[in-house]
Amino acid sequence: MVLLTRKIEFSASHLYHNPNLSAEENRRVFGKCNNPHGHGHNYTLQVTIEGEPDPVTGMVLDLKDLKEILEREIMQRMDHRHLNYEVPELAGQIPTCENIARVIWQLLEPKITQGRLHRVRLYESPDLFADCYRNGAKGAGQP
Amino acid sequence: MSGALKIELGRRYRFSASHRLHTSQLSEEENSRVFGKCNNPHGHGHNYVVEVSMSGDVDPATGMIANLAELDAFVDRQVLDDLDHKSLNEDVLAFRDKVPTTENLCMEIYQRLKSFPRAKLERIRVEETGNNSFEYAGDNPEGDRP
Repeated sequence: MVLLTRKIEFSASHLYHNPNLSAEENRRVFGKCNNPHGHGHNYTLQVTIEGEPDPVTGMVLDLKDLKEILEREIMQRMDHRHLNYEVPELAGQIPTCENIARVIWQLLEPKITQGRLHRVRLYESPDLFADCYRNGAKGAGQP
Repeated sequence: MSGALKIELGRRYRFSASHRLHTSQLSEEENSRVFGKCNNPHGHGHNYVVEVSMSGDVDPATGMIANLAELDAFVDRQVLDDLDHKSLNEDVLAFRDKVPTTENLCMEIYQRLKSFPRAKLERIRVEETGNNSFEYAGDNPEGDRP
């Protein structure tokens, strides 16, 4: 099995607020991430595909195809958007790294028809990220 | 954790410390031969990066595996307060009798963080420099590797 990874970057705003909690509780739990008008990040998304290279093309999947899928499914949905208000897939969820990574997985997984989705890693900043992958997944070359 | 998908939270921390690779089990010549310039008598330093990976259920109320402020405070208390701007050889008990290689450092940090009560520690990755990094996931043969 070979893993291939493509990286894209998008910029978006969000805030953390749970309507079932009081204003004080929201402030206590989420801190400055609860500021009412939101704030933004430059997100870095790494999408990893697993598979065997095609014997003719040598590719797990054509990177051009992956680029188009990422443009259509992720960039057009999330780039320069407010994640709380403009991304229906995140409605009703706190747009944390963990939740956004899972939504990205759910958006991409059915679209990857050559090879299969192995991992989504989403960086909110260089020091904070979330990974989404299948339970029991193994890295390349692992037994 | 249940479900087909697994979510991990990754958080990076930094600290600076000095060390010297030297063991009393070898002669001066052997130490010098084995450790090279890392054996220079007064030690040298690195800006270390510690990447902590935690897994768990995402709390629907917060969207989080673990509250970041709690995780940061735990890592400060367990690791950074003790190691930052220190000599690993002289100031850190664990390295009194153990060579402070980054392999050993990685395992030491894993031991210090595995008791985090809010999530499961999956692995520790330590960058000694931008070119050298080390990973430890404990003695878990079935550990997932994304």
